[in-house]
Amino acid sequence: MRLGLQIALFALFALVMLIVVPVVIEASGRGEYYYTLTLIALLAIASAGVWITFSIGRINIGQAAYALVGGYTSAILVTTYGWPFWWTIPMAGLVSAGISVLIGLPILRLRGVYFAMVTLVSTEVARLAALALPITNGAKGMVNLPLPGPIALGPLTIVPDFAEMANPRPAFYILSVVLLLIVFAGVWRLVHSRLGKLFTALQQNEELASSTGVNIAGLRVIAYAISSFLGGIAGAVFSAVSQSVYPSSFTTQDSINFMLNCFLGGLGYVFGPIVGTFVLRFGWDLLFQTAKYQLLIYSSVLILLMLILPNGLLSLWAVRPEKRGQR
Amino acid sequence: MADGILQVQNLTRRFGGLIAVNDVSFNLMEQEILSVIGPNGAGKSTLFKLIASFLRPTSGRVVFQGEVISGRAPHLVARRGVVRTFQEATIFKGLTVLENVIVAHHLRSRAHLLGFYLGTRQARADESAFAKSADEILGFLGLSALAGEQAGSLPQGHLRALGIAIGLATNPKVLLLDEPFAGMNHDETMHAVDLVRGVRDRGVTVMLVEHDMPAVMKISDRIVVINFGQKIAEGTPAEIQRDERVIEAYLGVEDEAIGL
Repeated sequence: MRLGLQIALFALFALVMLIVVPVVIEASGRGEYYYTLTLIALLAIASAGVWITFSIGRINIGQAAYALVGGYTSAILVTTYGWPFWWTIPMAGLVSAGISVLIGLPILRLRGVYFAMVTLVSTEVARLAALALPITNGAKGMVNLPLPGPIALGPLTIVPDFAEMANPRPAFYILSVVLLLIVFAGVWRLVHSRLGKLFTALQQNEELASSTGVNIAGLRVIAYAISSFLGGIAGAVFSAVSQSVYPSSFTTQDSINFMLNCFLGGLGYVFGPIVGTFVLRFGWDLLFQTAKYQLLIYSSVLILLMLILPNGLLSLWAVRPEKRGQR
Repeated sequence: MADGILQVQNLTRRFGGLIAVNDVSFNLMEQEILSVIGPNGAGKSTLFKLIASFLRPTSGRVVFQGEVISGRAPHLVARRGVVRTFQEATIFKGLTVLENVIVAHHLRSRAHLLGFYLGTRQARADESAFAKSADEILGFLGLSALAGEQAGSLPQGHLRALGIAIGLATNPKVLLLDEPFAGMNHDETMHAVDLVRGVRDRGVTVMLVEHDMPAVMKISDRIVVINFGQKIAEGTPAEIQRDERVIEAYLGVEDEAIGL
C-alpha cells in the first residue's frame, strides 16, 4: 500500500473519530458510547505496546502490569503530590518504562513460551504489590481522583477544566482519541524507520543481528521499554477517566486481551491493534444478549478467526501495508 | 608483538568432560585466506565460535590487533571488525535482499538510533550511504537483480551469497566464513571461490571452515588442520597435502578427499 494512501486513510480515521462519531453520538443521544470508545482507544494504546514486543519476537502477556503501574503513578502523583494530571501522563509512561527496563534486562534473554510465562506472572505480581504497598492504599484502592484541570498557555485556555464540564465524558473521549492518534502515528514512524527494521532483524535472527554488531540485549530492552511506556500512559488516562484505580483495575485477563487484540488485528500491521481492540470489545458487548452462551460463542469465533485468518483481520486487505520491494 | 592481524593463543574449550578445542594456537596474517579443516567433530565449528566470541573459551585467548577479544559480547567483537557468517541459510528471511544488507550496515551508522526515528540530517545521510553501499555489495556478489525479493524465497546458492553480503556490510577487517561451499555443486563452488577471493581483494582477511577439500586447496594461502580438538598441522596447501599426520587423520576417507 502506497504511503500516500496510508496517510489518507489515517487522516480519514482521525476525522471519523474526532468529528463524525461525536456528531452521531450527540444526534442519537447514545452518550454511553463515549465511554465505550474511550476505553477502546486506551486499550488499543496498551495493545500497541504489546504489538511492539511482538515485533522483536517476544510474546508479551504482561502489559496489564504496566497499565496498573501507570494508573497508580498518575493517581499517587495527583493526590499525594498535587501534580496536575497532564504531567502525570508522561511520568506514568516513564515510570512504567523504567520498571520494565529493570525487569526486562534479565527476562528478555528468554524466548518463546518462557518469556510469555514470566510476563504472564508479572500482572499478578503487580496486583499483589498494589495490595501490599502502603502507598497504593491496598484493596480499597485510590478513589475520588480529581478530574483533569485546565491547560492554559498564558491567557489562552487550550483545554478547559474537566471539573467545570456538565459531562466530562466527551472530553475524555476526545483526549483518548487524540492520544490514540499520536501513539499510532509514532508507532507507524517507528516501524518504518531504521529502528523498525532492526526490530524485524531481531525477530528474525538474534544471532545474525548480533554478528552484524547490533547490541541485541540493548535493543530488546528499548522495545520493551517503549511497549511499557504505552501501557503506562494508557493506565494513567484510565485512572482519570474512572477517577479511581484498584489492584484489580487491570488483571491478567486484560493482559491476555491486549495480546489477543494484536493477534486478531494482525501482527504484520501497525494498525492491527486498533482493529483488534474494536472488534474484540464490540464483539464481546454484542454477544451480551446471548447470556450464558456469550463466552462459548465468543471463544469459538475467536478460534475460527485465528484458523481462517492466521495473519489477522487486516490480512483481508489484499496488499500488506509494508509489502516489500516497492520503496 | 605477535605476527599478523589476529592471534589464537592456547585456545581451549571444554563441554563437560569433552575437550572440543584443545590448546590451539595460530596466527592469522593480514589479507590472507586461511582455512581450518579437519574431520567431522574435530572442533572446527567450536573454534570458529570462540574466535567470533559466540562462545567463551575455557582457557586461552584470541587477540585482534593487540586487543583481547575473547569473552566479549559478539556485537562488540563485530564492532572491532571480526565478523562471522553462519552455516546454511542464515539471513533475515522476512526482509528483502536489499533490506537485509541495509540493516547489516549497523556498524557504519554515525547517527543515533533516535536520530533515525526523527529523520535527522545525519540519519538521512547514513540511510542514503547505506543504500548506495548495499547496491554496490549486491552488485559485487551478483545479487542486484534480486534486490527486491523476499530473502526467504531465494535459492540456496544465492542465500550463501547473501550471507556473505550481510557480512561485508559490516565492513569487516576479518570475515569468518562457516562452510561457505557446503551443498554446492562444482560450478557453484568455483563461482563461490572466486567470490571469496574477491572479498579478500577488497582488503578483508578471510578465515574459513570448510569440508570441500578441492575448494580449500584451491583457495587457501594457508591451512590449519584440526583433529580431536588439537592442531595437527599448519602450512600451505602443498605442505598440508604432504603432511603424514594429516593423511593419517583422514585415513578411511578416500584419498581424493584431501586433494591427492
